[in-house]
Amino acid sequence: MEIVVLLKQVPATESMIGIAEDGVSIKTADLKWVISPYDEFAVEEALRIKEAHGGKVIILTVGPDKATEAIRTALAMGADEGILINDPAALKCDGLGVARILAAALKAIPYDVVIAGQRAVDDDNYLVGTAVAELLGIPNISVVNKQEINDGKIRCRRTIEGGVVVIEAPLPALFTTQRGLNEPRYASLPGIMKAKKKPLATKTLADIGLDAAELGEPKTKLVSLQLPPERKGGRMVEGETAAEKAATLVRLLAEEAKVL
Amino acid sequence: MSVLAIAEQRDGHYRKITYEALSEGRRIADGMGTDLTALVIGSGVETAAGELGKYGADKIIVADHPRLVEYLTDAYTTVVAGVIAEVDPQVVIMGASTQGKDLAARLAARLNAGLAMDCVAVRVDDGNIVATRPLYGGKVLAEVALSGKPQIVATRPNAISIAESAKAAAIEKTAVDPGESKLQFVEKTLETEKVELTEADIIVSGGRGMGGSDYSLVEALAAALGGAVGASRSAVDEGWRPHSDQVGQTGKVVSPNLYIACGISGAIQHLAGMSSSKVIVAVNKDAEAPIFAKADYGVVGDLFEIVPLITEEVKKVRG
Ligand SMILES: Cc1cc2nc3c(=O)[nH]c(=O)nc-3n(C[C@H](O)[C@H](O)[C@H](O)COP(=O)(O)OP(=O)(O)OC[C@H]3O[C@@H](n4cnc5c(N)ncnc54)[C@H](O)[C@@H]3O)c2cc1C
Ligand SMILES: Nc1ncnc2c1ncn2[C@@H]1O[C@H](COP(=O)(O)O)[C@@H](O)[C@H]1O
Repeated sequence: MEIVVLLKQVPATESMIGIAEDGVSIKTADLKWVISPYDEFAVEEALRIKEAHGGKVIILTVGPDKATEAIRTALAMGADEGILINDPAALKCDGLGVARILAAALKAIPYDVVIAGQRAVDDDNYLVGTAVAELLGIPNISVVNKQEINDGKIRCRRTIEGGVVVIEAPLPALFTTQRGLNEPRYASLPGIMKAKKKPLATKTLADIGLDAAELGEPKTKLVSLQLPPERKGGRMVEGETAAEKAATLVRLLAEEAKVL
Repeated sequence: MSVLAIAEQRDGHYRKITYEALSEGRRIADGMGTDLTALVIGSGVETAAGELGKYGADKIIVADHPRLVEYLTDAYTTVVAGVIAEVDPQVVIMGASTQGKDLAARLAARLNAGLAMDCVAVRVDDGNIVATRPLYGGKVLAEVALSGKPQIVATRPNAISIAESAKAAAIEKTAVDPGESKLQFVEKTLETEKVELTEADIIVSGGRGMGGSDYSLVEALAAALGGAVGASRSAVDEGWRPHSDQVGQTGKVVSPNLYIACGISGAIQHLAGMSSSKVIVAVNKDAEAPIFAKADYGVVGDLFEIVPLITEEVKKVRG
C-alpha cells in the first residue's frame, strides 16, 4: 500500500496571533510551529494502514525551509520519506494553487491512498485535500473518523451534522481526517534518531515539471487581516447565595441580553 | 449574470443553513442588481421546492434524480457543475455545512473558481465578492476578494441572518445526469433527537469541572433552553463525551446566540471554537479562570449547585 500524507506546518494552536505591519500577514517572530493537528491524525492513520497492509508512507508538503522540521517529526513518528516543495512561486499561491502543486507532485509518486487534514488550522480553508482529489480525478471522502481497506476498496465513516454516513470508494482514493480517527503517537527517541537518516528531498516547481505560469493568477486575494472585536467580558453576576446569582443571571439573559 | 444559491436538504427537509445561504444570496443579488436562482438537488425533492420563494428566490431549479438521494461528492459536483454551465452565474452560494464544504471545494477545483470558505459576512464590491472569514480558529478575521467567474461563497452556519422576502418563484425541472459515481453509499445513522451543535441557537457545554461522565445537570439545562450539549476537549479525552460534542479549534466551531460554559477554564483552543457566540455565560468555581475575561456574564461558584438553580429559573421564565 503506497500512502501519501499531505502535511502542512502551522503555528501551534496555543499561539497568540498578531497582525504584521503590512496588514495582510501575521507576526511570525515568536511563533512555535507544529504539524497541523488534523494532518497529525493523517500521519498516524497512514502508519496504521502501513502496519496493517505493508507499504510505504510518504509525507508531501508545500512550504518554506522551516517546514522540514514538521516533515522530520512525521518521519520520526515512522513515515518513510519526505518531499518538500519549496519555491518562491509556491508561496504566492492561494489554496487552489497549492492543490495544483500537490497534484502535480503526485503525478510522479505512486499512491493507493492519499490522506489530508479536513482543514489546516491556520487558514481554516477546508479546501486543499478535496481539491487535490478533484485535480487527480480520484474520489474523496471528507471528515472521516474511521476507515477500513479491503479488496482494493476503502470504506470510510464520515461525520455529518447529527450523525454519521458510511461511504465506500475504490482505490486510489483520498480522505480527510476528523477528530476521533485515532490518537497520534509521539515520536520516540529511536524514531527521532532514525528520522535523521530518512530521505527528505526538497524540490522546486521545475523539479516536479510545473511551470509557475501554469498556476495562473489566484482567484482569491487577501485584502486585509483584522483582530476580531474584543469581547467586553469580565462582568460578574453578584448575589448573596447561589440561588440569588442564578435568578439574577436568568433575569439578565431574558431582559438585558434578550437571548431566552 | 445572476446568483445561484444551492439549497441543502436531508430526506426532504431543508437545513437551516439553506435559508441562511438563500438570504445572503438575495442580498448579494440585490447588491449586483440581478436575480437569485435557487437549486434544489436530491431525489423526490420537487414538492418542497416552492418554499424557497419565501427566502427571496426569483426562480427555483429542481435537479431530481434517484441517484441523488444521498449526498455523494462526485455525483453532486457533476450535477451542480452542469447547472452552473446552464445558468452561468456570477456567484454561487451555499452553506458551509459538512456537505457544503465538501461540494464547494470540489466545485472550485473543477471550475477553477475563487472560493471563500466558511464566511461570516459577505459584501459586493464593484460586481465582485469580498468576504470576511475567520482564520487561525477565529483569532484573526480576513477580508478576501474574489475574482473571475463564478465566485463561490460558503457561509458559516448560524453566522448569517435569515430574511424572508416573498417572491412568486417559478419552478423549473432540469434534466440531470449524475453520471457514474465512484462513491457508494453504504449507510447513514442519525441521532434524530439530538440538536446539532453547529446549528444550535443555544449551547450548554461542560468541561473537566464536570468531574465525570454524568452530564445530567448540563443536559437538563440544555433541555430547558431547547439547546444542545457541548464539551471541552478535556471532557472528550476523558471519554465522558463523544468527539462530535467537542467545541474548539480541533472540534466544532459554533456561533450560537447563547453559549454557557460550565466548568471550562477557557483555554485558547476552546475559545477559538466559541468566541463568536453572541452571548457567553461562564460558570466556574475559580474567579481567576480565563473564561471570565471572555464571558458577558460570569458566575463564580460550584456548578453542581448553580447549574440546577439556573435550570429552575429558566423553567420559570420559559413557563
Ligand atoms: C493541539 C491542541 C488542540 C486542542 N483543541 C482543543 C479544542 O478543540 N477544544 C478544547 O476545548 N480544547 C482543546 N485543546 C485543549 C485545551 O488546551 C485545554 O486543555 C482544554 O480546553 C481544557 O479543558 P477544560 O477547560 O474542560 O479543563 P480545565 O482547563 O482543567 O478546566 C476545568 C475548569 O473547571 C473548573 N471547575 C472544576 N470543578 C468545578 C466545579 N465543581 N464547579 C465549577 N467549576 C469547576 C476549574 O476551575 C477549571 O477552570 C487543545 C489542545 C491542543 C494542544
Ligand atoms: N502547503 C501544504 N502542503 C501540504 N499539504 C497541505 C498544504 N496546505 C494544505 N494542505 C493539506 O490540505 C488540508 C486542508 O488544508 P486547507 O484547505 O488549507 O484548510 C491540510 O490539512 C493538509 O492536509
